[in-house]
Amino acid sequence: MVKLVINGTDLDVNVDPDTPLLWAVREQLGLTGTKFGCGAALCGACTMHVDGEAVRSCSTFVGDIEGKSVTTIEGLKADDGTLHAVQQAWIEHQVPQCGYCQSGQIMSAAALLSETKNPTDEQIETFMAGNICRCGMYARIKAAIKTAATKV
Amino acid sequence: MTDSQTQTQAKAETPVKLDRKGRPVKKGKWTRRGFITAGVIAGGALMVGVAIRPGHHEKKLRQYVEGEGETLITAWVKIGADNRVTAIVPHSEMGQGVLTALGAMLAEEMDVPMDTLEIVEAPAEKDYANFVLGREFIMGGKKVKGIVEDTINGAFLAITKGLNLQITGGSASVRFTGTAAMQTAGAAAREMLMSAAAKEWDVTPSELSTKDTHIYHKASGKSAPYAQFAAAAADMRPSLNPVMKARKDYTIMGTSVPRRDIPAKVDGSAMFGMDATVEGMKYAVIKSAPVHGAAVVSVDAAQARKMPGVIDVLDMGEFVAVIADGYWQAKQALDYVDITFSAGASDAVTSQTLLDSYREALAGSGELKTMVKAGDVISARSSAASIFEAEYTVPFLAHACMEPMNALAWVRGGKCDIWTGSQNPLGTRAVAAKTLDMDFDDVTVHNHFMGGGFGRRATPDYSNQAALLSQKTGLPIKLIWTREEDIAQDHYRPSAMAKLTAAIGEDGYPISWENAFVHKLDPAEASHIFYNIPNQSIRYTSPDVHIRFGPWRSVDHTQHGFYTESFIDELAHEAGIDPYQYRRTLLAGKPRYLAVLDAAAKAAGWGTPLPEGQGRGIAITESFMTIVAEVVTVDMTGAEPRVLHVHCAADAGLAVNPDGFEAQMQSGIIFGLTAALYGDITIADGAVEQSNFHDYEMIRMDNAPDIDVIIMNTEAPIGGAGEPGTPPITPAFTNAIFSVTGKRIRDLPVKNHDFGKGV
Repeated sequence: MVKLVINGTDLDVNVDPDTPLLWAVREQLGLTGTKFGCGAALCGACTMHVDGEAVRSCSTFVGDIEGKSVTTIEGLKADDGTLHAVQQAWIEHQVPQCGYCQSGQIMSAAALLSETKNPTDEQIETFMAGNICRCGMYARIKAAIKTAATKV
Repeated sequence: MTDSQTQTQAKAETPVKLDRKGRPVKKGKWTRRGFITAGVIAGGALMVGVAIRPGHHEKKLRQYVEGEGETLITAWVKIGADNRVTAIVPHSEMGQGVLTALGAMLAEEMDVPMDTLEIVEAPAEKDYANFVLGREFIMGGKKVKGIVEDTINGAFLAITKGLNLQITGGSASVRFTGTAAMQTAGAAAREMLMSAAAKEWDVTPSELSTKDTHIYHKASGKSAPYAQFAAAAADMRPSLNPVMKARKDYTIMGTSVPRRDIPAKVDGSAMFGMDATVEGMKYAVIKSAPVHGAAVVSVDAAQARKMPGVIDVLDMGEFVAVIADGYWQAKQALDYVDITFSAGASDAVTSQTLLDSYREALAGSGELKTMVKAGDVISARSSAASIFEAEYTVPFLAHACMEPMNALAWVRGGKCDIWTGSQNPLGTRAVAAKTLDMDFDDVTVHNHFMGGGFGRRATPDYSNQAALLSQKTGLPIKLIWTREEDIAQDHYRPSAMAKLTAAIGEDGYPISWENAFVHKLDPAEASHIFYNIPNQSIRYTSPDVHIRFGPWRSVDHTQHGFYTESFIDELAHEAGIDPYQYRRTLLAGKPRYLAVLDAAAKAAGWGTPLPEGQGRGIAITESFMTIVAEVVTVDMTGAEPRVLHVHCAADAGLAVNPDGFEAQMQSGIIFGLTAALYGDITIADGAVEQSNFHDYEMIRMDNAPDIDVIIMNTEAPIGGAGEPGTPPITPAFTNAIFSVTGKRIRDLPVKNHDFGKGV
């Protein structure tokens, strides 16, 4: 049993402490918005926030983040259901194609903008280089981040 | 219903067409009972559809698309009692925006506002079989007059039904299903509704007009929603050739319509195959024989069985599976299973032995099969000023979809349910039924969003494995491949080789073109050239390879685009002529190609100076009826070649959803560029050596180029979008590298070449 705060709710998650956060969230909590891509922190599809920082949940063991606050894609929007500026920009720029990597892309982008209000192209590229989009929507992702940056 | 029944019920409404031998051409037709197996006439009119009225005997279809108070007009359009129009789209969404684009095509012809149109994906029922694509693949892309010729289509409908194809691929959704089915269905439905209204109002249909899902009679001022005539329309005999709008009158097609699938893809609610769950399901992680074709000989699972959460370890003959309460537990336990696989001749195979075997096969020229023979290449050689030859090789490529292969299957009570993302749900169903020895009707496929397809998800091996595991355990089994399994057990774009030879005339231009290559998948015309070269010989052979092949975005066009456009570039440089101008000369009299080539060159500033260490390369290809030219600007001053900019011009006839079309070009370019720069699945000891994104690298945001897409709408038939952006990018890239370094890349990927840390 591991204590975690998931999207603002205190939870006792019934898994071995050596379980990656990704699988605890997907299988135990049924929050399937976060995706499995590589299992080795190489693609970014599983990105969540732990205490506000972007982490690769496939390689983060729940025992190592006991008591910390985890935000998943399901918890990114405001309490009243308003989409995060990044999510809105993603729709405006029609970013997703297959969409599978986008939960991770959006969580990375949101973390970037909470650290860096108006990132340069280079800052965006460096921060987002950990997230693969196999559909190749990098130009749209970059444009959407810039749009979101004006609204965060 | 058989064809003969259809024939007897359909009265001749058009003059009888005769075939070459003077026999009446067979046609499937709309019938009084409203059920069409194949209504196909030349010129893109009604091809296949199902019209059902309440009480129709086709319960299978009705249960999916007919609700209370609704009448199904055709397989592709439904009108509810509330006047809501629903498009039923027989393709799968993998991010290409097909649901939205096909919906728009129906809405256009039917005069339904796009924002009120409902769009649903068709269930995996046989009657939705995508016969146009089956025909395209089986016929090898042989062009026939108009969109299709009726007898061929009728035959291919039958074939496709037999094969259970409902494939999303071949960039076929919009160019075939859209034009031939959605637009026709929309136009036919509109005509039927107008006929019904005309009858009720006692006027002629020509006095009526339609707008916003309503029918209007201007003279009397009458108007009514479509729904009022839905039931009556189902009894109308539709025209065999409904009048479709001229392109100039389009108000929806050709405009950017927001994709319907996007909102669910930004908040985590989109359901991919990976996300499907059922109560009590268990997880499976598997290891298949690293050497394709080998079998499991022995399994020692003593330690794995004791690990937490492990339910069973199963020897499935071709693979070993750990069944556990969770994915992570199953994956951990699999590492502790000792598996011995059978040994065989394939164990000695390497990438190099394969290339050697290709070279040997091409040397045995008497055994090559002929694809194209024009003029006389032998005499061309003897009259040439010079002969130029080059050998090109390409490696195996994996698809590496972001969503690793997975499926949830539950076999119980003589039935099987499969939840997965498939480009080929009917094939998934048929293969599972055969494997499980069940009736087709006892297998149900619940198709989900696909986290990438690119051709990979047309092959249902993973869903079949899940079905077998569920059958064996009696449990609902969620099979998830590890990324390592996904990379090593793909159905790959083949490694391949081509030897090109040209006889060059005094003016430096080729008088003959010879391409001898290994491996031919689809489409057949991929190796054809559109340049004006009178003497041609295009031949191939298929040496045995134990590694599995499969369709990979643009299929054979990817390697042939590289061969053809590299070789043309080489010939231009040999002749000392600018490669853009050289292509222009060889495309004389072909205005569509010239316009596309010119547009890309102009946008890229072809011929204008660039900083030291930068250069441009150009390439043009035609695939899936879309012509695409790309100009790459490359910088060679860094540690690895860096593509700065891609200027892309594309003529697909009409880009139905321009924003979606642009996205497909951007995507195809990044996909192709990733392969050109990094893509290299290598074979050692008979097995794939790569395993994950550290050794099968991807273009990421920090090395992605800027991309400009120029959409050229013409009067040409609508071409594909998902694949045509890919073939020209590799040669445009390597041609650009040559322009800076003088180093010709004849074997891919580019990362294997040393440029001496820049120039």
